[in-house]
Amino acid sequence: MKRKPKFILPTKYILLLMTGVCIVAMLLCFTLNITGGPLNTVAGYVFVPMQKGINSVGSWVVDKSDNLKQLGDVMEENEELKRQVDSLTTELNTIKLEQYELENLRELLELDQKYPSYDKVAANVIGKDGGNWFTNFTIDKGTEDGIEVDMNVISGSGLVGIVKDVGPNYAKVAAIINDTMKVSGMVTSTSDNLIVNGSLQNMNENMVIEFSNLNDKDDEVTIGDPVVTSYVSDQYQQGILIGYISTLEKDANNLTKSGTITPAVDFEHIEEVLVILNKKQTADN
Amino acid sequence: MRRKIIVFIIIAVCYLLQTTLFEALSFASISPNLLIIVVSAFGFMRGKKEGLFIGFFCGLLLDIWNGGIIGFYSLLYMYIGYINGMFRKLFYPEDIKLPMLLIAGSDISCNLFIYFILFLFRNRYDFGYYVFQLMLPELVYTMVVTIFLYFIILKINQRLEVIEKRSASKFV
Repeated sequence: MKRKPKFILPTKYILLLMTGVCIVAMLLCFTLNITGGPLNTVAGYVFVPMQKGINSVGSWVVDKSDNLKQLGDVMEENEELKRQVDSLTTELNTIKLEQYELENLRELLELDQKYPSYDKVAANVIGKDGGNWFTNFTIDKGTEDGIEVDMNVISGSGLVGIVKDVGPNYAKVAAIINDTMKVSGMVTSTSDNLIVNGSLQNMNENMVIEFSNLNDKDDEVTIGDPVVTSYVSDQYQQGILIGYISTLEKDANNLTKSGTITPAVDFEHIEEVLVILNKKQTADN
Repeated sequence: MRRKIIVFIIIAVCYLLQTTLFEALSFASISPNLLIIVVSAFGFMRGKKEGLFIGFFCGLLLDIWNGGIIGFYSLLYMYIGYINGMFRKLFYPEDIKLPMLLIAGSDISCNLFIYFILFLFRNRYDFGYYVFQLMLPELVYTMVVTIFLYFIILKINQRLEVIEKRSASKFV
């Protein structure tokens, strides 16, 4: 029996066809602002469990090797910390008293509204962006835990980034140190607004990110001032710590200042994050 | 069918290692690009068509997970696979120089392309910095990993070809 010769499309036409498919996909993403849709969900169910598995094995190995390395340091540190505990306990007692006083005063002034305690959900980082150009990562909580796009992500006390995309069991977070990210910030000491933007070069060289458009006529902002997210931001909750100003200089226009900020979060060793479940209230919602 | 499943497993394993283990093992926050090794290796071992499709799926995987625009990495990796496929006639399994050269070329051109599209157009002009601090370290690290990974992929491919030949001869 002789089989019929199958019709085979030459490879260069396949290339052309697939190029077209890719370009159409890119245009669709740009115009309709969609990212993957059902593809994401499928990929989420296939890869997230595996990433979780590898990650737990990986972090176990790293943990063990780190443990050995740090044993000596830790013992030394332990001594020092014990001394510190004593002094801190005394300090804590004073602070407790002050806190009590503060709460009373705040109640009096009815300022509770200004500092709401946000609902948060804890998540583990299970994978990072597969390249060296951007800092995005995947966390192991998704819509099933109430996470939505545009929710803020923090770690410790500092801002990590924002949820860019979410699936049933995972979410993708873009870090504020990303070269393409911009955050509207505010210097706490003077309440002046500024724009924080991530920078790959500055982050890799000096572990800092850039800021610009700081309007500080009276030269009141100094190095070391904390920068928090601003009330004018439409994506970030007010008052989350971004970092501390590390350099500061006047722009060529003589009106505004720019410089660098040391982020409050250690982006190299990020393992656990908190997602704030309250979204910033805007005119649209 | 067997080949498709095995290639998928290779891509999945490499992607998972790249996003988890090698991120943890990164030197100076640079990690190797395993997917480019897979795309490039299958390109020159199996020809333009397979290189094209494997490149496309590796790129799609990156697109889906990086949360950016679907199609960008797909396009880039697809062309890398296709161009590597053109060198199939020059490829001999015993010779490691050509594979190393092609993988190095693929990695550097992939990064150059990303720089031009995603960074240069946003006024990041310090080209030298990105070359010396990001592209070259990644290249070196990728090359070190290539020495191991390439032989694994080569052996898997040779095994598959033997099995395919055997099952093809049954039908004659």
